[in-house]
Amino acid sequence: MDSVAGLAMGFANALTPINLGWALLGCFLGTAIGVLPGIGPALTIALLLPVTFKVEATGAFILFCGVFYGAMYGGSTTSILLNTPGESGSIITALEGAKMARNGRAGPALVTAAVGSFVAGTVGTLGISFIGPIVVDLALKLGPAEYFSLMLLCFVTVSAVLGGSALRGLTSLAFGLMLGLVGIDLQTGQPRLTFGVPELLDGVNVVLVAVALFAVGETMYLAWRHVEGGQEVREIGRLWMSATDWRRSIGPWIRGSLLGFPFGVLPAGGTEMPTMLSYYAERKMVKPEFRDEFGTTGAIEGVAGPEAANNAAAAGILVPMLTLGLPTSATAAIMLSAFQSYGIQPGPMLFTQQPVLVWTLIASLYIANVMLVVLNLPLVGLWARILKIPTPQLYAGILVFATIGTYGISNSVTDLVLLYGIGIIAMFMRRFDFPTAPVVIGMILGPMAEQALRQALTISQGDWTTFLTRPISATILALAVVALVGPRLWAFRQRRAEG
Amino acid sequence: MNQLSHRAGTAAGTPRADLVVGLGVVVLGLLVLYAAWAIPESPLYAQVGAKAVPYLVGVILVALGIGLSATAAKGGWSHGLEEEMAAPPTNWRALGLLGAGLVVQLALIDWLGFVIAATIQYVLVCSAFGSRRPLRDLLIGILVTLGAYIAFARLLGVNIGAGVLEGII
Repeated sequence: MDSVAGLAMGFANALTPINLGWALLGCFLGTAIGVLPGIGPALTIALLLPVTFKVEATGAFILFCGVFYGAMYGGSTTSILLNTPGESGSIITALEGAKMARNGRAGPALVTAAVGSFVAGTVGTLGISFIGPIVVDLALKLGPAEYFSLMLLCFVTVSAVLGGSALRGLTSLAFGLMLGLVGIDLQTGQPRLTFGVPELLDGVNVVLVAVALFAVGETMYLAWRHVEGGQEVREIGRLWMSATDWRRSIGPWIRGSLLGFPFGVLPAGGTEMPTMLSYYAERKMVKPEFRDEFGTTGAIEGVAGPEAANNAAAAGILVPMLTLGLPTSATAAIMLSAFQSYGIQPGPMLFTQQPVLVWTLIASLYIANVMLVVLNLPLVGLWARILKIPTPQLYAGILVFATIGTYGISNSVTDLVLLYGIGIIAMFMRRFDFPTAPVVIGMILGPMAEQALRQALTISQGDWTTFLTRPISATILALAVVALVGPRLWAFRQRRAEG
Repeated sequence: MNQLSHRAGTAAGTPRADLVVGLGVVVLGLLVLYAAWAIPESPLYAQVGAKAVPYLVGVILVALGIGLSATAAKGGWSHGLEEEMAAPPTNWRALGLLGAGLVVQLALIDWLGFVIAATIQYVLVCSAFGSRRPLRDLLIGILVTLGAYIAFARLLGVNIGAGVLEGII
């Protein structure tokens, strides 16, 4: 069956009133749970999994798609308003989004996230239907050497645009690399940097670190600099995007979507790398008159791009999950277990054995996407009202929710000590102008890069030239060199031209 | 303390504070190097063992720490930060109350349960940020934490531990 016929059949199936009802219910539940601070899509789906068992397979998966996209929407809402990302993909959204919210631009930030998600979802759904199978063939050709080069490219692009000071940015990155090392080494089973604490054997949770860096650290810094009696007035401002906002968002939406989808399809891609790359790309490409908004009052490009990349990657993740049976994110792993509980094994045979289910699933992804824009845009005003809560109650609430989110996952006081301890470090980082985003980047990419490096060298039997002799790896490394040296050469030439 | 003496204190203290940060990073790097050294040698053959990357990260941290200390010795970077120039003095009362909130949470959550620990934390953090009505905060705190507990534990089935109040409802 070709893609067009399959998609048509899928839509015919998904558009029945009862299936539309399931999609609507899924969207609603997903948004409602996903909007709780510290709860991301993976946890939302895991929590709602028992609900789906009460429904027959097709209905359950439609419900599931709604929950999946709904949780993504809800997650970005709390990232923007409260600076408490619930999963690693929306960490980057919180960077500029929370700054926009604090400067009276919560409405446009939420709208650009919602519309960006819609654009990305559309690109992603088209991608799954038409180019997914081709990308999977290509992705299977990438080995550890290529992945290591890809991560090196990420490190280079990140450190080349670290902002204020390269020394402080790199220190943040190294701190993240250190946190990423904590736990059992995957290849040899040796505990590393655990200092004899058994709870640290599982490693440090990335979401915990992000919440500590953004929410707890920020709250502490504000207490440090709190002026008695001086109430901070947060303006909600206009809710809808202005014409300029639309003009500034369209490019990032499309670039983010196109960047995010292929990364989602890669078996080691995930949502983190494309959101980071999109953020730094937008920061580089922004028009000079808006450049100052990055990192200060919040730039809309920094929300639109990463949020689109996040959603497109999340859709892309379904490609290896459905066609290879390979879950590449926590969310996909839980979806895979749901498939298995219905006795369906995703893999190369799925499209031929269960065409109705698969195409209905893909069609209902698209329907969920449309529904969420329609549902969420009118709610923007309601969500933005959260900012009207007075400062003391708002920050006390943020701290309580950061605590419950952390404690609820592990039931461990050790994790709370980590949450507050890293929060204190984040407070000093804020005071001494160390950027916090590289910590998260180092923590996520560090272990992946180390793993890829060691696998590549094991395969090549210790031959370091493997990174240069494999053509795709060599190309990516060349790109990294260009990213590192290019801007400097360019600046040098300009200076010569002027002088 | 008046504003003037505070300003003078900051201006003189800044490079020293920056130096402390730089040395702190060096110490962190040394700690990582020690931890890397303490990883037992793996009996398994590997091209790159479990210790290589930790050693690398330790060396990088020490090098960056030395770099930061050198910058601090030349006058530091804090004095150039716009935010620090305009910053009000350290609010010890707010920091103290907030810290107390964190300590209370850590000490009580396993013993009295989430609802009581988080409610006390809520009241302390509210007063840290200048709320003058602790009774109202207590009431809101109980509602917020109870609501969160019911949403997480009862509706979603997330285990957030047992406690005194949790046992009653």
